[in-house]
Amino acid sequence: MRYIPNTKSVRQKMLREIHVKSLEDLFSDIPEEVRLQKLLRIPGPVSEQELYEHLMTLSEKNNHGGNASYFIGAGAYFHWIPSVVSHLAGRSEFYTAYTPYQPEISQGTLQAIFEFQTYMCLLTRMEVANASMYDGASALAEAVLMARRINPARADVLMPSTVHPEYRQVVQTYLLAQDTNFIDVPFTEDFQTDWKAIEKRISKETSCLVIQNPNVFGTVENFQTLQRISEKIHEVGALMIVTVIEPISLGILAPPGEYGADIVVGEGQPLGNPISFGGPFLGIFATKKTFVRKMPGRLVGQTTDSRGERGYVLTLATREQHIRREKATSNICTNQSLCALRASIYLSVLGKKGFRELARVNLKHADYAREQISRIGGFRIAPVPIFNEFVVECPKTVSKIQKALLAKRIVGGLDLSRFFPNLENHILLCATEMNSRNDIDRMCEVLRSMT
Amino acid sequence: MKKESIMAGKTVGTQGLVLNEPLVFEQGAPERTAFSLPQSDMLEKPPEDLLPRAYVRQEIQGLPEMSEVDVVRHYTRLSQWNYAVDLGFYPLGSCTMKYNPKINEDLAALVGFTHTHPYQGNTKSQGILRLMYELQAMLAEIVGLDAVSLQPSAGAHGELTGMLMIRAYHADRGSPRKKVIIPDSAHGTNPASSALCDYQAVSLKSDSRGLISPDLLAEAMEEDVAALMLTNPNTLGLFEEDILKVTEVVHAKGGLVYCDGANLNALVGIARFGDMGIDVVHLNLHKTFSTPHGGGGPGAGPVAVRENLAPYLPIPVVDKEEDQYVLRGERPKSIGKVRAFHGSFGILVRAYAYILSMGAEGLKEASQTAVVNANYLRTKLKRFYHLPYDRICKHECVFSDKLQNAFGVQTIHIAKRLMDYGFHPPTIYFPLIVHGALMIEPTETESKETLDQFVAAMEAIAGESQENPDIVINAPQRTKVTRLDETQAARFPCLTYSDLE
Repeated sequence: MRYIPNTKSVRQKMLREIHVKSLEDLFSDIPEEVRLQKLLRIPGPVSEQELYEHLMTLSEKNNHGGNASYFIGAGAYFHWIPSVVSHLAGRSEFYTAYTPYQPEISQGTLQAIFEFQTYMCLLTRMEVANASMYDGASALAEAVLMARRINPARADVLMPSTVHPEYRQVVQTYLLAQDTNFIDVPFTEDFQTDWKAIEKRISKETSCLVIQNPNVFGTVENFQTLQRISEKIHEVGALMIVTVIEPISLGILAPPGEYGADIVVGEGQPLGNPISFGGPFLGIFATKKTFVRKMPGRLVGQTTDSRGERGYVLTLATREQHIRREKATSNICTNQSLCALRASIYLSVLGKKGFRELARVNLKHADYAREQISRIGGFRIAPVPIFNEFVVECPKTVSKIQKALLAKRIVGGLDLSRFFPNLENHILLCATEMNSRNDIDRMCEVLRSMT
Repeated sequence: MKKESIMAGKTVGTQGLVLNEPLVFEQGAPERTAFSLPQSDMLEKPPEDLLPRAYVRQEIQGLPEMSEVDVVRHYTRLSQWNYAVDLGFYPLGSCTMKYNPKINEDLAALVGFTHTHPYQGNTKSQGILRLMYELQAMLAEIVGLDAVSLQPSAGAHGELTGMLMIRAYHADRGSPRKKVIIPDSAHGTNPASSALCDYQAVSLKSDSRGLISPDLLAEAMEEDVAALMLTNPNTLGLFEEDILKVTEVVHAKGGLVYCDGANLNALVGIARFGDMGIDVVHLNLHKTFSTPHGGGGPGAGPVAVRENLAPYLPIPVVDKEEDQYVLRGERPKSIGKVRAFHGSFGILVRAYAYILSMGAEGLKEASQTAVVNANYLRTKLKRFYHLPYDRICKHECVFSDKLQNAFGVQTIHIAKRLMDYGFHPPTIYFPLIVHGALMIEPTETESKETLDQFVAAMEAIAGESQENPDIVINAPQRTKVTRLDETQAARFPCLTYSDLE
């Protein structure tokens, strides 16, 4: 086997040095009854060449960016990933290292995480960010758990329907064992959160309010309203958690730190990570300094070595499971280091001007698509502020539209009735810098033929 | 003298030119960029006009402005400050730092996998779903259980998933119960995951063999115990010899047995958790199944269960209907979801490719070799280091610093001195039941020569500890930075560039 250097004869020699007669002797501690007497029923072994051919065949049995154009986001966004991102993150000094427990020989990973933490604070306008979580949804669940820890007596979690349904599901699963009162609040006809309904539910029982912005329908929530709501939330001593699922939006939209967020979580996939059918992804978690000792996850801090040189270490570990065990702030053991590294490289490539320009182009392309579709008879779109996603009410069922689009190798948007049964015939479309004018015009042509 | 000759020529640790590199935020120049966008021909008015003024943010001050060359040099220099499996021996106990095959990276990067969307529909994802379906079946076969969820993103995430399922199972039968029994040698994630499920963690003392005693367990096993959470082989690297009795004791009181599968690399093709009476297990694909650790992630922690727990698996699961693969979400008893979408597919591709490359015989040979390598180190190193549980081990062995303490040398010093010799240190101060533990896991992907070099370095350090303890205590000397002040880091947290300013 090409990954096992010791041959059978070397193994024999080693067994003699261990002073055992046979390989079986090394397994004599396993009860006879559970020792497997036959080989596992597993295919293989296959050669590298056969393996490549097999997986190449499997990969071509899917629609993908190489054979279709995509107008779908809904929590996973296609963006151009500059070539250097994969080249640099593909250096095996990064990807074949473990968690940086030994700082003297892990400074590369540690400095990269310190830079990632800084980047996330700059984007969200928060004071402290951790080394990352599994994904945006689990980061949100951890944020709600943290809010519950800060105010243990309060059981109300305000979580409106404008938060991504899968995120809400994950929060509910994480909190299955905690006695929590989830309060759902509907959305308005133009796909904004029903803030009046929320205000009515804010009370001394409120632990936290969860907001997604832009929300699951792509609508950018009203900035002044958000500020006002955060004041109300703080008046009752609750926390405001803001979820950003499309962080490219932070290149042009006011950051959550400016409208009163106490915790900002989000999905970092759009920052230089491929979608890969939904994972691995990158959970962002940022908060205020006051809460740093309550927060979950790894943190890297700057310090000095015995010669006075600058260096980085994992720090504030007394919050963590390997020290605190059942009293830890979370059971999370590590982060999504390589995905966080990709995000940092990506942001370094884009830089100040690039990040801004990319956000502008996304808004431009989505607006163009929206404008073109709204001119087609029978298709209706609410006139609300958006970033790169929006809802279209269609004259036909979404499955018919998706089918027609697929015939032209276009993967249309998300059928919203999948999560919102009352939104029949509503599709959530997304356009980014990856969707050219030609692509958009082609999609509109198909839609026009549906009227 | 042998020790000197190692330092003079044979050791892999040496010095080379290592370049300094400031933070990205301390570099660049105005107007410099590494990014390009296609010419947009869509609309003339500035997009800012599409938003109410109050919503619009200005350029983010503090983001760097670098050229592509600057970015490439920055991260290349950083990378060179890391120790990594591709550089050398990484014997971290319980972490299974085996070689990560290159072809698997290429396969996970195929555009037909990377550029796909989780909502693109079953019919247009048949290749992906087939891979997931087959991987579920392979993992079930390897652990001898009935159903698998590929959703959890890491080992601890799998633990949470498994314990939530156990909770749902008991709740369905009247009461979720109150306690979880956890041996004192367990990983810290075990009690933390139990606590998240609102279970009280009850610690179970290991016996003089370092194993679970069925008698002690029977005393602790009450009707309000939901589960026993064990690790097999345990964190001492020892197989739980009474495993059949252990699972029987738990089942007799209606409890379930959860197994932390972190140490599966000792057992593939040799023994299966299902046959031992274990009900739920999580697998770390980044350990046994060779997917890279990535500097701390992403990994994947699929969970396998016995049939009676299958209804509680997270949604969706991948199923097959005639010749079509489908994602199935309608499962009324499911605990729900532990993350968005369907799992870390990019990691699943690598594990699938690894299993196919190895085949049944290769997987078994890997586990056998991992165990031979660990026992080889155990036999060789016990001449210089205290071995608290001197018996046949599985994939790892645990030493202590007891013999070196007499000279003022502790585990931390031995670990740091190993760096000067060119090795990554073992896991240290874990498991907690061994004072000053050095937990060594060689894996199957290391040659006898590498193991011999490591033994020579450990022998030299044992010698230095007696003759010249200061050189050990003041280690490392050859690394980019020397010992770092962790107390200062915790007392005055500096967690971002603006804290530093």
